[in-house]
Amino acid sequence: MPQSAEKVLDHAPLFREPEYRQMLAEKRLNFECPHPDQVVTDQREFTKTWEYREKNLAREALVVNPAKACQPLGAVFAAAGFERTMSFVHGSQGCVAYYRSHLSRHFKEPASAVSSSMTEDAAVFGGLKNMVDGLANTYQLYDPKMIAVSTTCMAEVIGDDLHSFIENAKDEGSVPRDFDVPFAHTPAFVGSHVDGYDVTIKGILEHFWKGEERTEAEGIINIIPGFDGFCVGNNRELKRLLHLIGVSYTFIQDASDQFDTPSDGEYRMYDGGTKIEDVRKALNAEATLSLQHYNTRKTLEYCEGVGQATASFHYPLGVQATDDFLMEVSAISGKEIPEAIRLERGRLVDAMADSQSWLHGKKYAIYGDPDFVYAMARFIMETGGEPTHCLATNGTSAWEAELNELLASSPFGKGAQVWAGKDLWAMRSLLFTEPVDLLIGNSYGKYLERDTGTPLIRLTFPIFDRHHHHRFALMGYQGGLRVLTTILDKIFDKLDRETSETGVTDYSYDLTR
Amino acid sequence: MSLEYENDGALHAKLIEEVLSQYPDKAAKRRKKHLSVAKSGDEAGNESEVLSECEVKSNIKSIPGVMTIRGCAYAGSKGVVWGPVKDMVHISHGPVGCGQYSWSQRRNYYVGTTGIDTFVTMQFTSDFQEKDIVFGGDKKLERIIDEIEELFPLNKGMSVQSECPIGLIGDDTEAVSRNKAKEHEKTIVPVRCEGFRGVSQSLGHHIANDAIRDWVFEKKDVEFEASPHDVNVIGDYNIGGDAWASRILLEEMGLRVVGNWSGDATLAEIERAPKAKLNLIHCYRSMNYICRHMEEKYGIDWMEYNFFGPSQTEASLRKIAKHFGPEIEAKAEAVIAKYRPLVDAVIAKYRPRLEGRTVMLYVGGLRPRHVVTAYEDLGMVIVGTGYEFGHNDDYQRTGHYVKKGTLIYDDVTGYELEKFIEGIRPDLVGSGIKEKYPVQKMGIPFRQMHSWDYSGPYHGYDGFAIFARDMDLAINNPVWNLYDAPWKKKAEPSAAIAAE
Repeated sequence: MPQSAEKVLDHAPLFREPEYRQMLAEKRLNFECPHPDQVVTDQREFTKTWEYREKNLAREALVVNPAKACQPLGAVFAAAGFERTMSFVHGSQGCVAYYRSHLSRHFKEPASAVSSSMTEDAAVFGGLKNMVDGLANTYQLYDPKMIAVSTTCMAEVIGDDLHSFIENAKDEGSVPRDFDVPFAHTPAFVGSHVDGYDVTIKGILEHFWKGEERTEAEGIINIIPGFDGFCVGNNRELKRLLHLIGVSYTFIQDASDQFDTPSDGEYRMYDGGTKIEDVRKALNAEATLSLQHYNTRKTLEYCEGVGQATASFHYPLGVQATDDFLMEVSAISGKEIPEAIRLERGRLVDAMADSQSWLHGKKYAIYGDPDFVYAMARFIMETGGEPTHCLATNGTSAWEAELNELLASSPFGKGAQVWAGKDLWAMRSLLFTEPVDLLIGNSYGKYLERDTGTPLIRLTFPIFDRHHHHRFALMGYQGGLRVLTTILDKIFDKLDRETSETGVTDYSYDLTR
Repeated sequence: MSLEYENDGALHAKLIEEVLSQYPDKAAKRRKKHLSVAKSGDEAGNESEVLSECEVKSNIKSIPGVMTIRGCAYAGSKGVVWGPVKDMVHISHGPVGCGQYSWSQRRNYYVGTTGIDTFVTMQFTSDFQEKDIVFGGDKKLERIIDEIEELFPLNKGMSVQSECPIGLIGDDTEAVSRNKAKEHEKTIVPVRCEGFRGVSQSLGHHIANDAIRDWVFEKKDVEFEASPHDVNVIGDYNIGGDAWASRILLEEMGLRVVGNWSGDATLAEIERAPKAKLNLIHCYRSMNYICRHMEEKYGIDWMEYNFFGPSQTEASLRKIAKHFGPEIEAKAEAVIAKYRPLVDAVIAKYRPRLEGRTVMLYVGGLRPRHVVTAYEDLGMVIVGTGYEFGHNDDYQRTGHYVKKGTLIYDDVTGYELEKFIEGIRPDLVGSGIKEKYPVQKMGIPFRQMHSWDYSGPYHGYDGFAIFARDMDLAINNPVWNLYDAPWKKKAEPSAAIAAE
């Protein structure tokens, strides 16, 4: 009997005890009717081949282990970045349970959102009644300042019209007439979570800006961060930089406080976020900058339409991407980049120089959202690394072209390949056939790490199986330091592990590296 | 061991009144039927009687806009019943999200070569695009099945888990499944678990059960040498290894577990089930349907049991053994005796640290009642409990477990749960991931009781030791005493919820 009160064994050690191993072996033998071991081994080996890779990449319909989520997740994340705003997702209720769980598992924080709980009768008659009752209940129970409405695919397939439903609900007194209920249609069968983010922000801006007179306030900048699992660290870091420059800015959408509330005995359903009043005023800003181009294409178009200057970036981190961002801010605001920031830059470059011998020539596979992959590829090349595989399941052909251009600009991008629209099962074939030293992605990458032995560095949403990484910035020079250190730790840990066998590799297990 | 206590029914009644007063009238009227205070276990023990003064209405639609904690039929079918069947590929048929959010989240443990002959922790989706909605997805599904056959040829079968759009656009997944099953000589099971069907996960369980009946049973000749001690374990999803910690006891008492539904299960274990002698059902809510079917069609008895905590485990072992006669009964007694020292040691170690601590639960299928006694075995007191998607028969069964005055909440809303927790301030809350962080922010210890908070198993004797350890480490961690900054005067008891 392996279990004891003195030393309680949970699943990890318990099932490796002989009693359980034997039980499981017998279960397999007697009751599971498995394929013979040789057949399984042969198939496993086959999946490592170029022949399998070709079949795998030729898939036309099946998607296996995609690295993307659906639009309403982006909508719920986006809404969480505004003052006392409750997400109201119109459609089936199970979806909302999923978005909330997904966000909570990453941030280790509460994630609030309500559903209009449509069921079969609503599928037949439409969800107007659900909207009318739902808004009334949400307004009364959760005391929001704004309710941001989005949709699940169910409501989209039956064609519910949010605008008229919300008007109807206001007519029936569900919420006061002047209460803010911006909305966005976010069908799950279009785009991905980054697009849901985009249309939600656009919907909110339209709601507050439509028909308003714009009086340009020179030098004032709006910043839209995009869907970012590291918003807690990143937004705070960017604010620090903007503060150092002395620029007037408004974050349009900022979930950094919402997803990082303190533990002090009080549960804050709402915390932080862009103030409603600031969203209104943001119309007057001279320019709107997007930190993630592919998260904000429609929104930026709209901002341009109202007369703002716009510029977009790809998750600015590392040296040159941060340079670009800061210089743009400086150009618009007319403020000099202060010496303190130049020193920070120098410190990042210093760190990269200190470590360059360990990074030069390392090969990487990178996956995630389009802007993140672009950012990482750029930074990896700055360190002398080679971004061999760049994959975004929600990457478009425009992204592919833009990234190819970046890769062509550096000798370190020479052998790189861009994989737009491919999934992580495709990545598995890529890693077997054209192996790399390191894999950069999120928690889902752990299965690739297990199968292919490629060490995984978790640097993007969602990260479920490591804690608190998202509290640290990746953007800016400081963020670059964090990314650099994380990569180096992985390299050094691996090297130590590979050289730690006493009597075999007493050499190479160096004290100083 | 039975713990005698009574809960503060008056306080609980007042809390119910308070939360209801915050709703619009129409919603208050509807919510009132879901909230109540339990009568004593004895009064409620008779199955014909209801649990509480005002009968708890259950398994009806959630109110829009109130933040229900429930999921959907797809979650009940793919997430609960089918997903753990390890040698089949389960296609999340529709847009990408449902499969993505449920990917690898339920901790249905298994052993196998993932991606080769085993597929549980993978996300297969048809990733519907607008054109699939407009033109229908049947052709795409055909192609997907072919591609699975080519890339994952060792799969023993597939299931097609319909997401919301499928039923709305009129796709015929049954026809596709039937044709492709014939072509590839594989079991292919269409499951009509669109998320808008029913009012919660619960209908998804039922639909998934029916799909087993209609698309798996009697479809193949099953070669099998029966023994008189063959049982199926039904409704154990092997979360954190629960089914393994149970199986080891059943085998030790001389039974032969010929199928485990559906944690760590293979298709063969499902197909063979009608040949067993007895169905042992743990999660009654999600799998009673198929047990009733097997009873009617194949004459197989079914028996509910409870492997949470030593009191219930012992009682269940005896009850199960009785069904098989003296030989097995003697072995069951030997098992109980063998583990008795472990149980005693666990209780001796942890009970003093947990005695009298109060617990509120809000979970899914069977746990709102099944874990009650496990807590009581450690001297802990259940002050409130409720089901996300229970039916009347669940609430009747709950009467056996809870004490007078216990607060009962069905399909509780985020608002209600927070108010109840604030009002009662229990020493521990056991619920899900969505509830975990709000509760912890209030300074109240919390354990996820769906996923075992990444621990487990909690079933059986080995599991009880882990359960006890986990409740202790949650409650007695020093972090809860660090919440107040020493320079700050203690705040008034928080009225933190949104409405304030």
